[in-house]
Amino acid sequence: MEALIALVIGVLTAGGVFLALRDHTFPVVLGLTLLSYAVNLFLFVMGRLAIGVPPVITETASGYTDPLPQALVLTAIVISFGMTAFVIALALKARAELGNDHVDGLQHEEDRHA
Amino acid sequence: MNLADHLPVLPVVLPLVIGILLISLRNAPPALQRGASVSATLALLPLALALVQATGDGTHLVYKLGNWEAPYGIVLVADRLAAWMLMTTALLALFALLYALNGTDTQGRHFHVLFHLQLFGLNGAFLTGDLFNLFVFFEILLLASYGLLLHGGGRLRVKAGLHYVVINLVGSTLFLFAVGTLYGVTGTLNMADLGVKLAATPPENLALVQSAALLLFGVFALKAALLPLHLWLPAAYAHTSAPVAALFAIMTKVGAYSILRVYSLIAGETSGPLAGLLDAWLVPAALATLAFGMAGALASTSLRQQAAYLMVASIGTLLVAFGLGSTEALAAGLYYLPHTTFATAALFLLADSIAHGRGERADRFESGPAMPRARLVGGLFFVVAIAVAGMPPLSGFLGKVMLLQAAIDSPWMVWVWATVLATGLAGVIALTRSGSLLFYRTHSAHGALLTPPSNAALAPTFALLALIAGLVAAAGPLSGYAAAIAAQIKAPQHYMDAVLGGTR
Repeated sequence: MEALIALVIGVLTAGGVFLALRDHTFPVVLGLTLLSYAVNLFLFVMGRLAIGVPPVITETASGYTDPLPQALVLTAIVISFGMTAFVIALALKARAELGNDHVDGLQHEEDRHA
Repeated sequence: MNLADHLPVLPVVLPLVIGILLISLRNAPPALQRGASVSATLALLPLALALVQATGDGTHLVYKLGNWEAPYGIVLVADRLAAWMLMTTALLALFALLYALNGTDTQGRHFHVLFHLQLFGLNGAFLTGDLFNLFVFFEILLLASYGLLLHGGGRLRVKAGLHYVVINLVGSTLFLFAVGTLYGVTGTLNMADLGVKLAATPPENLALVQSAALLLFGVFALKAALLPLHLWLPAAYAHTSAPVAALFAIMTKVGAYSILRVYSLIAGETSGPLAGLLDAWLVPAALATLAFGMAGALASTSLRQQAAYLMVASIGTLLVAFGLGSTEALAAGLYYLPHTTFATAALFLLADSIAHGRGERADRFESGPAMPRARLVGGLFFVVAIAVAGMPPLSGFLGKVMLLQAAIDSPWMVWVWATVLATGLAGVIALTRSGSLLFYRTHSAHGALLTPPSNAALAPTFALLALIAGLVAAAGPLSGYAAAIAAQIKAPQHYMDAVLGGTR
C-alpha cells in the first residue's frame, strides 16, 4: 500500500510538473490541479496509513489515526480549490485580453498559417 | 482576560473585520468606503505602537487561539521582530492607501476590501507561530495580492499577473510538500516545537529533514524574489498600479522575514544537526540578486521597471545581511529593512506621478516636453534617488555602512564589500541617467497639454521621505533597537520557552 500511494503521488507530481511547463494556459491550469492533488494526498498520508481506525476519541476504539493531517488537507483542499477557480478565471481573462491562450500572449507559427 | 491580553490578535482581526465590512459597504458612497478604509489603516498604527512597547523589554507575547495549549493549539507570537515588521507595514500601508485615494481605488471594484485582506495576510504572517498558519496567511496575502495586482485591468497587467499567479501557486504546492514532510518526521507544526524536535533529529531522518528545510527555503526565496527565483517580480511590479506596487514593497520582505524567523528557530547556532543549513546558500544567492537587480536597473527602459529592479537589488542587500547572520549583520539588515521599504515605495509612487505628468510618454526614458511642476517633482526625485541608491545623508547609507562593518569579520568580506560598493555606484549611475533623461533633456511642448501632478498625489511621497528622514534623525535609538531585535533572534531558546511554557 505504501508503495502504491508513493507511486500515485509521484505520477501525479510528474504529470503536474510536465503540464505546468507547457506553453498554453489550459495545460498549465491542469498541471497546477494535478500538483495540488498530489500535495493533498501527500499531506494526508503524512499522518501514516491506517485502515478502519477513528480519528476522534471513542470508547470502543482500539487505536487512532492522526486527525491533524486530515484537518490540514481539508484546509489545503479549500485553498487549492479557490486558487484553481481563480486561475481559470484569470486564464479566460488573459485569453480575452491577449487574443490567444499562450502563456506569454504570443501567436504560434502554425496558428498564423492556419 | 481584558482587552490588553488580546493585543497580539488585534492587528490580524481588525483588517479582516474591516475587509468584510467593506464588502457590505460596496454600494455605499465612495467617501464612506474611503473613510472607513483610511481610519482602519490609521488604527493599525497605535496597535503596532502598543505591540512595540509591550515587546520592547524582550517579552514574547504568546496568544493562544481558543486557549489551546501549544504545541497542540495554534499560537500567535509577538516579539520585537514581529512588532518591528507590523510597524513598518502599518506606516507603509497608510501612505500607499492615501495615494490610492487619488483615483486608483475607483478604477475597479473592491480595492479597499482587497487592500485590507492583504494587510490581514501580512500581519498574520508576521505574528503567527505555526508553520501551517504561515502557509495559510501566505495564501491570504497572495490571493489579495492577485486581486490588487490586476486591479484596473489592462493587457500587460493581465499577462504579468498570470505569470505571477501561476508561479506562486507552484510555490504554494512546494510549501505544502515541505510542511508535510516536516510534520511527517516531527509530528508538530508549531515553529518553536519544530525547533526543539529538529535539534534532536536522529541521523536516519537527517537527510529527509534537510531536504524539507531546503525546500521551504526555496519557497521563501521565491516570495522574496531571490536569484534565480526573481524573474516574476520586475514584470508584475512594473505593470501594476502605483499604490499596489508600493504596498508590495513589504511583500518581498515577508519572504525575507520568514527566512529569518523560521531558520533562526530550526537552524540557529544551537539547533544541533541543522545548524548553519543556509550558510552555503544565502549569502552568494543574495549577492547575485543584488548584482542582477542593479544590472536590470541600468538596463531599464522606464522608471517603473527600474524601480522594480531596484526592489530586487534591495532584497539582495537585505538577505546579504540576514545571510551573514551575526548579531551586527542582522541589526544592519533590520535597520535597512524599513528604509528600503519606504524608499522603493516612494519611488513607485513618484514614478506614477511622473508618468501622469509626462502625458503619452509616461515614464519611458525618452526625451519629451518638460513636465509641469518639473522643479518640485525633479527635486523630489533627487531626494528619493539618494534614498534608494543608499547615499549619504539618508538612512540607506547608514544601513549599508553598518552592513559593511558587520561583514569585516566574515569569510565573505571581500565579496560583500566589492558587490555592495560596486552596486551602490551602479545604482547612482542608473538613477542619474533616468533623472537627466526625465528632467533635463527636455524640449518645449508643441501644443501638448500636460496635467501637473496634484499636491495630494505628491504628499504621500513627501511623507515617506519624512519617515526616512526620521530614520536618520533617530538613527541612534533605532539602530539600538535593531540590535536588540537581532539579539533576541540569536537567542531562540527564549522564544521556545515562551511558547511551550511548562510543556517542554
